[in-house]
Amino acid sequence: MSNDQRPDFIDPALLRGLTQRRVSRRDVLKGMGAGAGAMGLTAFLAACGVSGTSKSSPPPSGSPSPDVLKKIYGNGTPAGQLNFANWEAYIDVNSKGKSPTLLQFTKETGIKVSYKTVINDNDPFLAKIIPVLQSGGDTGYDLMVITNGGPVERMIKLGFLTPLDHQYLPNFEANASDAVKNPSYDPGNKYSVAWQSGFTIIGYNSKAVKDKPTSFADLLNPKYKGKVGMFGNNQDLPCAALVYLGKDIQTSTPDDWKKAADVLMKQRNDGIPRSYYDQSYLQALENGDTIISQAWSGDLFIAAAPKSYGGDGFPEIKAAIPGEGGILWTDNQCIPLNAKHPVDAIKFMDFVYQPKIAAQLADFIWYVSPVPAAKDIVLNDIDDPLVAKSPLVFPSADDLAKSHKYKVFKDQAEEDEWNSIFQPIYTS
Amino acid sequence: MVLPGGAWLFVFFLVPILFLASVSLQTGNIFDGFRLTWHFRNYVDAVQLYHVQFLRSLRYASIATAVTIVVSYPLAYWIAFRGGRHKTTFLFLLLLPFFVSFVIRTLAWQFILADDGIVLGPLKRWHLLPQSFHVLATSTAVIAGIAYNFLPFMALPLYVSLERIDRSVVEAAQDLYANKLEVFRRVIFLLSIPGVFAGVLLTFVPAMGDYVNASILGGTKTTMIGNIIQLEYLTNFHYPIAAALSFILMAVLLLGIFVYARVLGTRSIEEYV
Repeated sequence: MSNDQRPDFIDPALLRGLTQRRVSRRDVLKGMGAGAGAMGLTAFLAACGVSGTSKSSPPPSGSPSPDVLKKIYGNGTPAGQLNFANWEAYIDVNSKGKSPTLLQFTKETGIKVSYKTVINDNDPFLAKIIPVLQSGGDTGYDLMVITNGGPVERMIKLGFLTPLDHQYLPNFEANASDAVKNPSYDPGNKYSVAWQSGFTIIGYNSKAVKDKPTSFADLLNPKYKGKVGMFGNNQDLPCAALVYLGKDIQTSTPDDWKKAADVLMKQRNDGIPRSYYDQSYLQALENGDTIISQAWSGDLFIAAAPKSYGGDGFPEIKAAIPGEGGILWTDNQCIPLNAKHPVDAIKFMDFVYQPKIAAQLADFIWYVSPVPAAKDIVLNDIDDPLVAKSPLVFPSADDLAKSHKYKVFKDQAEEDEWNSIFQPIYTS
Repeated sequence: MVLPGGAWLFVFFLVPILFLASVSLQTGNIFDGFRLTWHFRNYVDAVQLYHVQFLRSLRYASIATAVTIVVSYPLAYWIAFRGGRHKTTFLFLLLLPFFVSFVIRTLAWQFILADDGIVLGPLKRWHLLPQSFHVLATSTAVIAGIAYNFLPFMALPLYVSLERIDRSVVEAAQDLYANKLEVFRRVIFLLSIPGVFAGVLLTFVPAMGDYVNASILGGTKTTMIGNIIQLEYLTNFHYPIAAALSFILMAVLLLGIFVYARVLGTRSIEEYV
């Protein structure tokens, strides 16, 4: 025992109580009036903290253990129900308004599909489901389609996606294109497999724009002042400017970002862009509000195709893949955390990787198919050379090699810095 | 009566407001969570980053409110004084377009006013307008959109206050040799001020926070504060900045209403709303 003579069996709290001035009943009453209100309020305000999630959830790095997967997928028996959240016009439709792919899936597996086109944009959709997941609830969806370049990475980091058991994904292993296998935003496809991909390229109205655009530089041309459409988001707009400057998006530095932002800011201050668009850019292009615009590849196909063919019937709208290469992004099938029917979801994920099904989807959706083998089926069996030969649905190896990918942020600080540089351009 | 009302206010007004106040003073990010650190700097940051959009919203909302007064006063006056037995029909007609969703109506304007659309297209083809003329993607389009969308909020209170005017007062003024202009200026207009007051509140407050018109009808440099709050909340997950902006917006509006009420010389807002 040290020179401290107190026996160590005395509880420190009791000791403190014995040695400190006792609080009289009167003090308490006096304090209560003044303190209670303030204390209550402060405690309340502090209690309003929004709790984080990454600590309580499994770490996103490292493969999930077989035990974890076994717990999620059991012995692989489907529950017979699949609740699928997808985007508008993103699945095949027959003349009765039903999806042949979904009908076939139900016929082959006995799993009923409730298909909802509830996703208009990644962020608002995620903003709706994140609070549910934070409180440990079930979103009501077993499968959803969200884009890389922020949304997927955020959900992985938050621990809000169910890990995939690749033993249930044989078709994916066999048929997926290299472009969607092992992507940088989800190494090893631990949480996601591609639904479709697309290029951010240039769309133009060939009646008004006589020289076919060849580069993102055409979007800066003062000739088209006030008639240029740009995307108002933190990937398509900045990435195009970086590519135009010849920078590699992934290794670019904040200095490069500032240079790219200067280019875009000058473009804006010269009055060249008409507006910064979301999906509405396509309508602006069809209406003639813009004559040259950043565009997503599949949309241009739809805009130009005749109405009898399911398109919008604007043959003057054409696609140009810029010489610098398009920007390739991928919409991914993911299973949200706490999904009720994960086995049904993963069965569907794999189902669409059969070349025949992929061909059926590609022939209707017109974005980049994740299954290269679907090309021959579209060409020979479905007999649709227009789609099969389109470089926007089945891009050549050269187009793919030249293409760039959305920025993958290493952490929130990097993303915040990127946003603080580019956001003032489109939120002016 | 006090208890249910009080409980309602507590649960649906006070608690959310306090929650918002707390969030606006927190720091952190969505991955690690947000903690209350009394970070008042959020307010400074919010103002520094977004004062341009704030002042712009103030300007747009003020002009749009003025436009709704100019448009809906004659409208409400006509229905109240000249509508006869078809008043209800006219009111119904006034409201009819507003049974369609706000967003759809705004999108319809986008379609109608397209550069080569059904209005501007023929005018350009007949060379009545220069080829480069456009309405969309300008501040005018956004302000007009707001004025259009909030028109009933101005027209209805105006109608109610005009309709309530005792006709014998108008007749008395006429009997005292007031001409039409004077009757309007010294009797009818003054008696309709409560309607103007309520209309301005009902129009200006939501117009200030509107983001639909700016995103559908606007172009570059027409972003309003509502768009920014949406972006900060839904896209950037910067809850504290979004909360601080909402609080500043609310404070500015409350202060504005207070000053406005004092200037108009009313003793209490409730009298008019």
